[in-house]
Amino acid sequence: MIRNSASEMASKLASGEVTSVALTQAHLDQISAVDKDVHAFLHVDTEGALSQAAAVDAKRKSGEKLSRLAGVPLALKDVMTQKGIPTTCGSKILEGWRPPYDSTVVTNLKKNGIVILGKTNMDEFAMGSSTENSAYGPTHNPWDLTRIPGGSGGGSAAALAAFEAPLAIGTDTGGSIRQPAAVTGTVGVKPTYGGVSRYGLVAFSSSLDQAGPCARTVLDAALLHEAIAGYDPKDSTSINAPVPAVVVAAKAGNVKGMKIGVVKELNGDGYQKGVRTRFEESLELLAAAGAEIVEVSAPNFEYALAAYYLIAPSECSSNLARFDAMRYGLRVGDNDGASAESVMNLTREVGFGREVKRRIILGTYALSSGYYDAYYGSAQKVRTLITQDFNKAFEKADVLVSPTCPTTAFKIGEKTNDPLAMYLNDIATIPVNMAGIGGMSLPSGVAGEDGLPVGFQIMSPVMKDDRMYSVGASLEAALLSKWGAPLLSTIPALAGSK
Amino acid sequence: MSLTYEEVVAKYEPVLGLEVHVELNTNSKMFCGCSTIFGAEPNTQTCPVCLALPGALPTVNERAIESTIKIGLALNCSIAPFSRFARKNYFYPDMPKNFQISQYDEPICVNGYVDVEIETDEGPKVFRIEVERVHMEEDTGKSLHVGGATGRIHGAEYSLLDYNRAGIPLVEIVTKIVPGTGKYAPEVAKAYVAELRDILRSLGVSDVKMEQGSLRCDANVSLRLIGSDVLGTRSETKNVNSLRSVERAIRGEMIRHAERLNSGERVKQETRHFQEDTGLTRSGRSKEQAEDYRYFPEPDLVPVAPDAAWIEQLRAALPERPSIHRKRLQEQWAVPDKEMSAMINADVLDVVEATVALGADPAKARSWWLGEISRIANERDVAIKDLSISATDVAEIVALVNAGELTDKLARQVVEGVIAGEGRPSAIIAARGIKVVNDDSALMAAIERACAGQPETAQKVRDGHLPAAGALIGMVMKDTKGQADAAKVRALLLAHLGQSEG
Amino acid sequence: MTSLSRDDVAKLAGLARIEMSDEELVSLSNEFTVILDAVARVQEVAGADVVATSHPLPLRNVFRPDVVIPSLSPAEALSGAPAQEEQRFRVPQILGEE
Repeated sequence: MIRNSASEMASKLASGEVTSVALTQAHLDQISAVDKDVHAFLHVDTEGALSQAAAVDAKRKSGEKLSRLAGVPLALKDVMTQKGIPTTCGSKILEGWRPPYDSTVVTNLKKNGIVILGKTNMDEFAMGSSTENSAYGPTHNPWDLTRIPGGSGGGSAAALAAFEAPLAIGTDTGGSIRQPAAVTGTVGVKPTYGGVSRYGLVAFSSSLDQAGPCARTVLDAALLHEAIAGYDPKDSTSINAPVPAVVVAAKAGNVKGMKIGVVKELNGDGYQKGVRTRFEESLELLAAAGAEIVEVSAPNFEYALAAYYLIAPSECSSNLARFDAMRYGLRVGDNDGASAESVMNLTREVGFGREVKRRIILGTYALSSGYYDAYYGSAQKVRTLITQDFNKAFEKADVLVSPTCPTTAFKIGEKTNDPLAMYLNDIATIPVNMAGIGGMSLPSGVAGEDGLPVGFQIMSPVMKDDRMYSVGASLEAALLSKWGAPLLSTIPALAGSK
Repeated sequence: MSLTYEEVVAKYEPVLGLEVHVELNTNSKMFCGCSTIFGAEPNTQTCPVCLALPGALPTVNERAIESTIKIGLALNCSIAPFSRFARKNYFYPDMPKNFQISQYDEPICVNGYVDVEIETDEGPKVFRIEVERVHMEEDTGKSLHVGGATGRIHGAEYSLLDYNRAGIPLVEIVTKIVPGTGKYAPEVAKAYVAELRDILRSLGVSDVKMEQGSLRCDANVSLRLIGSDVLGTRSETKNVNSLRSVERAIRGEMIRHAERLNSGERVKQETRHFQEDTGLTRSGRSKEQAEDYRYFPEPDLVPVAPDAAWIEQLRAALPERPSIHRKRLQEQWAVPDKEMSAMINADVLDVVEATVALGADPAKARSWWLGEISRIANERDVAIKDLSISATDVAEIVALVNAGELTDKLARQVVEGVIAGEGRPSAIIAARGIKVVNDDSALMAAIERACAGQPETAQKVRDGHLPAAGALIGMVMKDTKGQADAAKVRALLLAHLGQSEG
Repeated sequence: MTSLSRDDVAKLAGLARIEMSDEELVSLSNEFTVILDAVARVQEVAGADVVATSHPLPLRNVFRPDVVIPSLSPAEALSGAPAQEEQRFRVPQILGEE
């Protein structure tokens, strides 16, 4: 039952074949069985999940009209506030904090009757590409427990791959939904910036952060996308327009006549052989399905990583200033005679991990007087150039594609001492955030050399998110008919797994 | 080495710069829907946004934008077609986000001016104060310092924070440097703040209560030798919370700077705090190591680009400039300058105007507000506005006096009653049984008693010595407990004694 | 080549209110030499003719009406407070200006 897709589960719930309580319990059992090895969850809300499930079952029994995903369980990235449920963002500084309010995403999930199982592990404040930066220990990739599950949303992606949840919420600032999806063989979508409300998403980099759906199929992602997206007056950067018809697109999966642009700069040197092979194969399948493959160039993408590592740290240095031990969270050094300033300094020393501190200091520098123009200012100009590159490319193609990441999952600990090498993981995903457009990663098979999953990235223009679902669903169908079974059916069994 | 003010201005020219912070009187805060009502229980007007809980996002109050544009227009500013919010980053426990959402290089209003007129040795003179910018920001929370001898921040053991005020919309009005005011600098500054206050009040955008902190002034002062065009080092005095303090603080700083300069010392660039009790300023944080605020555009908010039609609509609806309005009233009422200033200084112009609008004669209305009512306010050491007497009450009293139903003396009793909270004038008259004694027979009886009591005085009057009548009239008034109309008593008395007014 | 000395990092850590050991200051200063070289590349293409983008969407004038909405209860507001007293957040003594 837990290996079904969310839409299959939804059908079984609708037909009465299974209750939400039973389905939720099955997932809680799976979590109990495997999460000691995977460590996808930071908090499991057993009681809350079962009571939400029971409420959905009762409504269904009373004949109330329910939304499509009502009763289906979901794992929530620990960066989203949920009233009364611990929200740590993977940081010591928020240990034990229980928000007194729901994020808009959680409000929407609750409105749709989606059952929230618990909170998933992540790199501290979403800063990282491996979930090794969590203050609560790393998450392990269910494909190979010695490897990273990607990051920052490694917990959400691993929970899907380990069948601990059929749906999950992620957030993506530079690839934190797509890169974990790629290395765990799951589907992850970063909607257009402003498509999903950021209210209650603990900010890392406000102008880049975007919440989105994580799932095991393109259709499941689309269903979740529709459930959480839409205008929110509490977020001034939310787009006041109808949600793109992503479910319709995912159901049709039609690419006939579409122009698919291959971004020349996001391939080649630095990309693992197996990654390139799977990418070429996917392009052939899409061409066979009726798409026209064209090549596009985005010459300024090579500056995207540098600009990202100025903009995101700058914004984070300001966003994370509120963690100061005064109103909530950790407080260290509050001894007799200690000043507020020294308590702030000590708390932030102890409460933040190394990567977070590194970025706060970098951002503080990039914004400081005398350096602003050279760093933050220049990075914003690069942002303009990247957007212009996308605009030109979208004149030639309906969507753009690339491998999601240069490599498959690396070993835990392999890159922790080399920040620059770690940052390179996001080289293909970052441009999407810089321009605020949509991006999706879906599995395109495993690399021949290591047997680990490879992601295929699709990028669509602002508020044309439906296009990436069309292409994603088409490719997914072609791959499924080629393989005969979903990629995740080949994942090695975890000890104790059902 | 102590200097007099005259010695200071004989040698130095002051250069001013004024920053005025105004709390807008919106219903809700600048970036969230929490109430702004003053004086609520601590932390009852807070939410995830103004407490800076993780994940919360700001949203802009439309009326705050509208009020700021109105202020800009009233101060003759250009309204920027494109402006943005920026984050001003610094850590302070009263500021929950540890950044203040403000405006930096793209403020909403720029390049305005305010003309103020003050009395100089050469007669009235207009000084133009140029306004550099008007921008929006948010207020901070309030801290209560516990422990320590003074209850002040220094020596406190800990502090208690109330965030009700955090996020209340603030507008900051910043002048360009103001040279050329010479010895009148303190008065010009005071007149400027007063003019601003009047303008803001006429716009209805703020309560402008300096004592409650809804209007706050920071005064920058520097001195240079007369004739020099090099600016001196400035000090910034904060906490200037009344018009009188603006004047005192600037005068005090001018003297302090001059004393330092004369003795060859440097003036430190620093923040100073005005002490109401001594009229002196005390050194605060030194600005030698300037904070690096790391301003950058607020990514959680989008730019403000007011369209021209909106601006023109607001411009068309601006009220008359208070100073022009005052001139018009002065002409209409034919009031001498001195009386006009008296009304302005006593802050009764609006209420006098309202009383006149209700039909009272301007001179009568003015004399009640400036006279009896001001006297009571002074006695109780409260502001006239805080007395429970309205323009309607005074207009009614004036009408009753005109109709002969009250004497001036009785009217004063009614005013007292209204202020004592006994109700409207008509109710007090009924309850206290106040009425003018018009009954001739009752008066005649009193007159006869008076004459019988002082036969010699009565005889003097009979003999034509009219001034002697005063004593008898006094007795009658006393006998009737002041309820008689003195003029009428006089007429009846004289007739009774066979005399009449020459 | 841009670099940050140990003292530069210490100054930034002060601005960012993070206590740091000497060892951490030194190692961050070493890392920044490498990181700053990498990120400084943005200056290669950031010409004066390029406008800055601070926001991915061209939105303007997003306002909310001036309407009061219910606040949190004081208990909720203070629910995360490390210390509280008299319905206020209790914080250590504040040094500096008044």
